Amino acid sequence: MSPVIPILPEASACASSPAVHTERGQREVFCGLTGIIWLHRKIQDAFFLVVGSRTCAHLIQSAAGVMIFAEPRFGTAIIDERDLAGLADANEELDKVVHKLLTRRPDIRTLFLVGSCPSEVIKLDLSRAAERLSRVHNPAVRVLNYSGSGIETTFTQGEDACLQAMVPVLPSLAPQSPKRLLVVGTLADIVEDQLRRLLNDMGIERVDFFPPRNSTHLPDIGADTVFLLAQPFLADTSVALIARGAQRLPAPFPLGVEGTTAWLQAAASAFGVSAQVFEQVTQAPKQRAMAALARQRPQLEGKKIFFFPDSQLEIPLARFLHRELGMTLGEIGTPYLHRKLMAEELAWLPEGSRITEGQHVENQLDRCHAEAPDLVVCGLGLANPLEAQGLATKWAIELVFTPIQGYEQAPDLAELFCRPLRRRIKLAA
Amino acid sequence: MQLTLWTYEGPPHVGAMRVATAMTDVHYVLHAPQGDTYADLLFTMIERLPRRPPVTYTTFQARDLGGDTAELFKDAARDAHERFKPAAMLVGSSCTAELIQDDPGGLALALNLPIPVVPLELPAYQRKENFGASETIYHLVRALVPAGHSRTALEGRQASCNILGPTALGFRHRDDVKEIRALLEELGIRVNVVAPLNASVADVRRLAEADFNVVLYPELGRTTAQWLERNCDQPFTKTIPYGVKGTLAFIQEVRDLAGLNHSSKSLADYSQDSRAKWYAQSVDSTYLTGKRVFVFGDATHAIAAAQVAHQEMGFEVVGLGTYSREFAREVREAAKLYGLEALITDDYLEVEDAVKALQPELLLGTQMERHIAKRLGVPCTVISAPMHVQDFPARYAPQMGFEGANVLFDTWVHPLMMGLEEHLLGMFREDFEFHDGAAASHLGSGHAAVPQHTPETVSLAPMSSTIVVGNSPQPEASNESSWAPEAEKELKKIPFFVRGKARRNTEIFARERGVSQITVETMYEAKAHFSR
Repeated sequence: MSPVIPILPEASACASSPAVHTERGQREVFCGLTGIIWLHRKIQDAFFLVVGSRTCAHLIQSAAGVMIFAEPRFGTAIIDERDLAGLADANEELDKVVHKLLTRRPDIRTLFLVGSCPSEVIKLDLSRAAERLSRVHNPAVRVLNYSGSGIETTFTQGEDACLQAMVPVLPSLAPQSPKRLLVVGTLADIVEDQLRRLLNDMGIERVDFFPPRNSTHLPDIGADTVFLLAQPFLADTSVALIARGAQRLPAPFPLGVEGTTAWLQAAASAFGVSAQVFEQVTQAPKQRAMAALARQRPQLEGKKIFFFPDSQLEIPLARFLHRELGMTLGEIGTPYLHRKLMAEELAWLPEGSRITEGQHVENQLDRCHAEAPDLVVCGLGLANPLEAQGLATKWAIELVFTPIQGYEQAPDLAELFCRPLRRRIKLAA
Repeated sequence: MQLTLWTYEGPPHVGAMRVATAMTDVHYVLHAPQGDTYADLLFTMIERLPRRPPVTYTTFQARDLGGDTAELFKDAARDAHERFKPAAMLVGSSCTAELIQDDPGGLALALNLPIPVVPLELPAYQRKENFGASETIYHLVRALVPAGHSRTALEGRQASCNILGPTALGFRHRDDVKEIRALLEELGIRVNVVAPLNASVADVRRLAEADFNVVLYPELGRTTAQWLERNCDQPFTKTIPYGVKGTLAFIQEVRDLAGLNHSSKSLADYSQDSRAKWYAQSVDSTYLTGKRVFVFGDATHAIAAAQVAHQEMGFEVVGLGTYSREFAREVREAAKLYGLEALITDDYLEVEDAVKALQPELLLGTQMERHIAKRLGVPCTVISAPMHVQDFPARYAPQMGFEGANVLFDTWVHPLMMGLEEHLLGMFREDFEFHDGAAASHLGSGHAAVPQHTPETVSLAPMSSTIVVGNSPQPEASNESSWAPEAEKELKKIPFFVRGKARRNTEIFARERGVSQITVETMYEAKAHFSR
């Protein structure tokens, strides 16, 4: 189970590290259940069953912004008053729901029982339920559990919890196996394919992605595994992988040309790829991306950007926008700052950067208005109200739902920030 | 525990948010964990409101649970009062806070705020959004409307009424209110207060000054209207001004309530200029006769739409249902008028099964039914919440009153094949351009063809999403009787929009007669049997 939303103590003021201000109050952020929206598409034979309330069901269907009207591979077992009053044994009820579900969906190979705020508060033990149900439905279906509750997880931490729950069932890699690379974090299929091609071209043949597209094709893991995080929000998964003997390759995240290059370089160094081969493989896509970014740069250069906390992608994004597109950084909000995983990114931020960890939305809105940025990155609840007050906004959630990693996507990523500004100019003309 | 894939209604505290957001100076302090703020986007994205809902969430975390979540609530309420300076405050719990039993009502009262504080106890594990909205209006009105009232007798003065029920995130509430207010004023009735939409606390305090209440959405306003009837001697309207006939019945009812029954204007005069009425009568609409329509939505809209479909459009209502369990009785009664058993369910899969079985030619439903319809290739119009960003059109598009009736006519007829086109398709069914995928010409060439059983993605909020769906379940295979190849081929010559019906009728015919293989002959026998 993931820990309580971890908030680190006030930053020790080291000269080079950015100032970190921690605050708490109302958070305008999704809970970890929201990760189901992309996870259920990524892992094509998995079903995500939230054990929660009508609010949970409504959240996922509303937050997704999408009503996908084939039967989705997620659902909610809605706890009702009978379960709470103890009239019905909640475990028995859950077994019934799972049975009904698996009968309807014989194609499902992995079922995630996803804990929610209500299930955590009533202390419904989903890990025991998962064990029990795994025994019943073995070998056709493996049942795992994790918590996506809002009292424990913020937005993308739901993916962290999900992947962490999968780590123990990854097969063991035989000792003394050839070294292999594991790329951790959900990426768009096209991005995976591109990164795999680049890595293969460098001579790194054994590359696995986690989560896999199919839950029965789990990557082997062991002392000969090295892994790279493709997403910044995977602290617990990282710890779990290390506990299985894998070694993390510290790197910035593959956003923008610089980030992608440094990320690939971390893999190249671990596998002893020569500088010449690395250059040869990366040069063409790197040049393409840089040329495209150079065309976009005038639209963003010198413009000030303000980040509300959302996905933990804020710091790498700020780094990219500042270093490769010349944007000025206002406050960088992040729901949670994991200094170790973010070390390379923090080192790339300019002197005097201001990071806010956690959120007090009202105070942050006051600061945002005072700063008068040219572009605000924020959640869906804040975007239109800020637009109505004259600020240009970029929906943060689009940054999670769009392929943005790697060389070929660097211009797409920049375009996400250019478009709101260009649109305002067009409409004002 | 109930397995739910999609839900028609949100939890009850979302209903309370709809009331708070509708009003101008009420603030809602909601004891809730992180994540519950998702509900803000319903208002800012789907309804596109340019302001945040007036809601403060306490945002408690797991580590607070052992400690003092009550203190957290008090701080949030105190801060919200200071920052937003509302004229009244609603306080309550979301589903999780209900479990930790902090009693927000008691805590807020202990703060001695200088404004009315209305505690809401909305049982999140039993009830849903509309109930939450209804209870919130009711408790707010009870708390704010002073005891006693001093209205003079109606004679010799202008009658006045309130419009009760419209909220934020309501299906065309904004436009219905404008339409019905204009109608009431045209009748010579003063509109005292509209609540909760755009009402202030001071407006709500004046509710008792009106002679009667107009209840447009019983799901939301009836409980309050009943209380006002008991306590302030205010009768309330029972008819819904939906469709031309519904609007006329409503005019009759409010004229009675307002003491205007001696008016020189006859009832029929009001609908004289109704375009909807004339369009339905016009010869061009003959093809609408007997079209089989399935109606599903909240109780009020479903009942009213079935009535319009039956009486004003000349359709045949083949299915009627609702997700509003509180109003199941009313919908069952209404279904009897069409010789039907009402479908009362909040499981969209049941609705989908019913639609599949009945093969209607038009589906009037919610966004859920729109998706069902797309999958089954049935034309559909949305008549009720739950909604999509498209259901908040930029233009004026009421559902109620005479203009509402015009909107109904247009939006219901538009998805159908038009009369002559339908005939041409029937006559020249082998024309290469008249294939199954071709959309009706008036829908434009850019319009997606009927995407039968294809993956689809539809945006609820206007965001780009790359989520694509696979594995759409195939329609159920026909049972028992099998189709001979030449009969199957003949069936394909029937235009696709009636093919489902033809297939179904033929299979019923074959089953009833124990025919195991359906031939071309069986098909035409069935056609003759079922021809009207």
